[in-house]
Amino acid sequence: MDISLLLQFFINGCMLGMMYALVAVGFTLFFGVLDVIVFSHGDSVMVGAFAGLTFYLLGVYAVPGLPVWASAFFVFLAGMAFVAGAGMLISRFVIMPLRAAPALNTLLATMMLGTVMREAVRLFFPDGSNPKPFPRLLPDWSWKFGDVLLRFDNLALFVAGCLLIVGVAMLINHTRLGMAIRAVAQDAEAAQIMGVNFPLIVLATFAIGSAVAAFAGLMNGLYYNEINFNLGLLLGAIGFSSAVIGGLGNVYGAILGGFVFAFLQVVGTVAMPFSSAYKDVFAFGVVIVLMAIFPTGILSERQSQRV
Amino acid sequence: MMKKSVRWPVFGGAFCLALALSAVPVLAKDTVKVGYIGPLTGGNSAIGLGARNSADLAVRLQNADPKSKYQYELVALDDECKANIGVQVATKMAADAKILGAATHYCSAVALGTVDIYHRFKMPAIVWGAVEPKITYGNDYPEIFRTIGTQEYQNKVAAAFMRSQGYKKFAIIHDTTDYGKAHKEFFTQFITAGGAEVVGIFGVTAEQQDFTTELTKIKALNPEVLYFGGLTPLGVRIRSQMDKLGLKVQFEGTSGIKSDAYISGVGPALAEGTLSFLDGAPVEKLEGGKAFTQAYAQQGYAQPPEAMGIFAFASMKQIIDAIEKAGPSRKAIVKALQGLKEDDTLIGKVTYDKHGQNAIPLMTKYVVQDGKWTVWEDSEYASGKRSLIKVK
Repeated sequence: MDISLLLQFFINGCMLGMMYALVAVGFTLFFGVLDVIVFSHGDSVMVGAFAGLTFYLLGVYAVPGLPVWASAFFVFLAGMAFVAGAGMLISRFVIMPLRAAPALNTLLATMMLGTVMREAVRLFFPDGSNPKPFPRLLPDWSWKFGDVLLRFDNLALFVAGCLLIVGVAMLINHTRLGMAIRAVAQDAEAAQIMGVNFPLIVLATFAIGSAVAAFAGLMNGLYYNEINFNLGLLLGAIGFSSAVIGGLGNVYGAILGGFVFAFLQVVGTVAMPFSSAYKDVFAFGVVIVLMAIFPTGILSERQSQRV
Repeated sequence: MMKKSVRWPVFGGAFCLALALSAVPVLAKDTVKVGYIGPLTGGNSAIGLGARNSADLAVRLQNADPKSKYQYELVALDDECKANIGVQVATKMAADAKILGAATHYCSAVALGTVDIYHRFKMPAIVWGAVEPKITYGNDYPEIFRTIGTQEYQNKVAAAFMRSQGYKKFAIIHDTTDYGKAHKEFFTQFITAGGAEVVGIFGVTAEQQDFTTELTKIKALNPEVLYFGGLTPLGVRIRSQMDKLGLKVQFEGTSGIKSDAYISGVGPALAEGTLSFLDGAPVEKLEGGKAFTQAYAQQGYAQPPEAMGIFAFASMKQIIDAIEKAGPSRKAIVKALQGLKEDDTLIGKVTYDKHGQNAIPLMTKYVVQDGKWTVWEDSEYASGKRSLIKVK
């Protein structure tokens, strides 16, 4: 296999890994703060993509002749804000009321919620059962190095994803809000005694996690130029697995897990002797093995710091 | 006591009213039930809803006909294009003795699992959209019929056509259901028999979103054509991602992507030049096509009939005709359907062989031109004004 092909596989894997990592970050944030698994998170990604598409269409309708960069900016801003709002509503009306109930109830409730979100988009978005083309909001520049095609939009999305992750890490580690989130993650009761506004912190965490999910959805739309109501299903399962192999509760673990999973899929397609149909079997199989070796994840959650 | 004396007349009045309301249809005609099963939710629901509406149209037209002996009621169930769900709803339908017969299934993986059930309950079922050969040829069940043709013939025509266009190197992506696998097998068989080469075969799951790895590998294999054996949702993703990776080869689909949803999903510009193959003639070329399109529009359905609507309509109409002719019993319907010779239907003349398979003699080749599936012979591609993608 020549080097340019290898490089192309590497680029594909990086894009995929970034998307998985962004989804995994949400899972890990929610688990860190509230000890809950929010299974509807994959569908938040999908809602983000559809919200972006809706805002794009609205924008084009309201302000004809809007430059593309401006509408791209608007789509990201509005899409992320919308899903952040939805995330806060979910935490306020689904997660928080179930806080005293067994964790299993939350799991089940969020799973059902995911189905509701999926079906709502399918039923209420015009012609929602069908795949929708996503507008090309980024310039179509590309560079060719030998056989490798490096596209500007891929690069831009990847860099933006990196910046977002760095931003979230900074927010958590270097701000007052982040300190409060970390305090709640460590010990919710003690944090409340120290004057941390617990419900507010939960809302903030869900807003952050959901906005990141919306970004992943928009990235998905811009990368593939196609979205469908079903895209959150597998993405949710993969994002969750990534968060778990990375170490649930650890943001860096989630990122690592996302890239590990993406490259497992690439390896499963490219380098394994069996048919590419088994790439997910391979990837999830390796996840099981990894879980056996690292029961608490590759970067296991430290006692002193959870988020 | 007071209360009781007030309540009785009210109750009695309501009862009389109900009797009066229900008496009219009862006196006129017996109501019989017919069934429809297809994907009404999920990624393939566009096709399933269009076919459901078309089957419903057959029922409504019959009910509007004063000469009709019975009043028909359609029971439509959703198989979600999933074999496990399909088996459940098929059992539910077949176990309901009031449902006399059904037009069933778009997805072959589902139909393969449900034919046994229809046989066990002796319920006549006409498959309207699933094309895997074994659905009819894999058993001797007298209850199973199929208006649409099989994949085998479709791929024979497709392979011959691609050879005639001078293509020699193919890469194949197929979904790993029985349907996708059969497409792969038949196409490989017919295209290699003609001396062409298949450079790579990639199986993918029906839920997969990302194909960049497969497509990158295909790019390195340097084929002239990418053949895709699967349904619209995957077809849309693959075509979009081909463009992203700069994979500029001819894209060839099957009846699985012959839907308006494919074109709107990838956008008309990118869909341009995509090939597909479908049994029968396009609706506007059918004898009853215009009447069908008009009647469909009149009913104001929310979704278009899509590619398979005519087959669902014809299947449902045959069941209704059989009931009218032979009476409301499953056994009689099976017998009536078996006896059909050159039955005039919307899709043309239908004759069932001993496996219940309709011998459709016609396969139409389609190419996307200006955002529309166009019959190949009528297209600017055939006239030489435009050309398919040819790589040297």
